[in-house]
Amino acid sequence: MIEFTDVTKAYSVGTKALRGVSMQIEDGEFAFLVGPSGSGKSTIIKLITGELKPTSGTVHVNGYSLERIRKREIPYLRRTVGVVFQDFRLIENMTVYDNVAFAMRVVGARHKEIRERVPYVLNLVGLDTKSRRHPGELSGGEQQRLAIARALVNNPSTIIADEPTGNLDPARSLEIMSLLQEINNLGTTMLVVTHAKDLVERFPKRVIAIDNGLVIHDGMDGYYHYENQ
Amino acid sequence: MKEGIRGIFLHGFMSFAAICVTVACLLIVGTFSCLVYNVNRMVEDLNKTSEVLVYIDTALTDAEAKSIGTLLNDVDNVYKSTFKSREEALEDFIADHDGNDAFSGVEAADLRHRFIVELEDNRLMEQTVDQIQQISGVAKVNAPYELAEGFSMLQDVLQIASAAVIIILLLVSLLIISNTVKLAMHERRDEIAIMKMVGATNGFIRLPFVVEGFTLGMVGAAAAFGLLWLLYNTMMDRLAIVDTLKLFTFEPFENLMLPMVVTFFGAGLFVGVVGSWTSIRKFMDV
Repeated sequence: MIEFTDVTKAYSVGTKALRGVSMQIEDGEFAFLVGPSGSGKSTIIKLITGELKPTSGTVHVNGYSLERIRKREIPYLRRTVGVVFQDFRLIENMTVYDNVAFAMRVVGARHKEIRERVPYVLNLVGLDTKSRRHPGELSGGEQQRLAIARALVNNPSTIIADEPTGNLDPARSLEIMSLLQEINNLGTTMLVVTHAKDLVERFPKRVIAIDNGLVIHDGMDGYYHYENQ
Repeated sequence: MKEGIRGIFLHGFMSFAAICVTVACLLIVGTFSCLVYNVNRMVEDLNKTSEVLVYIDTALTDAEAKSIGTLLNDVDNVYKSTFKSREEALEDFIADHDGNDAFSGVEAADLRHRFIVELEDNRLMEQTVDQIQQISGVAKVNAPYELAEGFSMLQDVLQIASAAVIIILLLVSLLIISNTVKLAMHERRDEIAIMKMVGATNGFIRLPFVVEGFTLGMVGAAAAFGLLWLLYNTMMDRLAIVDTLKLFTFEPFENLMLPMVVTFFGAGLFVGVVGSWTSIRKFMDV
């Protein structure tokens, strides 16, 4: 579960990125986080992943209190949150298999676990036949699938997708969104940060709209409401 | 551990570059150190040729004169004393002035028995000569103070200059090598960011990089050591066949091995481990 209560975040240069954000995303929920550039979306992601601490207010993510979290606990928080980025952030000189296995190796998973889990996840995202390829040999959509597989492989309870379709054409974007929905159906909490109005319309889910550091809308009626603000 | 070794092969070019830079720098330091060591040794040998001549009182019998050798050898700082009778001295004198009629009437009785004394440290020549002069039966001492002083000064200047150059070369090498290791790590910043993102602990992230830095440093040191050994022995073989250079004796590489091993592997270990440790730290705050 992700819970923000009256959260503010001010940067040292004086910018107030968040000005009293409160929201709650339940386990297994699917939510879109929308808003213009500079509205505070990235700050919310960084607070969830423990990259930043709130200036005031409380942030609870999967049992961790971010305002009190110790530095050595942050890796364990991150194992509960998988992150998918717009620019994929894959390791180019590793194969598809190794990109996913790498995420398990660095958290100390055993070989047996890796050998069982990686093919399962690659199959889930439809890349099981391309496990020996390198990211450069994949299409944009496939690269994003690979990034999703990597985020998923350590079995996190939450996945945050930051503009996951930003670099993809409409058809591939639809595929990725369908895949994220499938993963959500398996029980993983999904928070998708996006600008893609058409996708939000096609997938009628909860929409949290943020602007100028404030939640300006939170509900199932979604994107149009945000646009009209 | 495995991740560290894997990383070396995975990032083959940067690993190769780091090893090459380590080898090049250590080779320069090693070559210069060997050269300086041998030059110092040669100057030291030349300095030993600054012998002190101790003339014995003519009133002493041959046996009494010879017995002074024991007293000379007991003086501190005397390395060796060689007796030369007045007859031998005459032979040398004739040989030195061969064909010069002006000295044709010189006889052995005109000369003194003498000792040729080599000192351990020519810097203490004056004090040693004072002690020798105290020995009963010693008539006169001839000491090449200026020559000894000149050699000693040359030796001091050489030692200070070479130590300074070696330290500077070593520091520059350490800087270059650790920067190359840092560069290799910088190329991996995305990898480190991904490791942080998926929840790897700092220790888990750091260890493979430190293992990698250690391995690169050790491989570089071993390669540089092997190359220096080969170069040194090849150079010695080449110099040995040049007649004019036979005057100079070079220390066999085997005698220089220990300090070279310590320096090379110490430097390799330091730059590999410290270089990787400090460079990763920069990318850890993600």
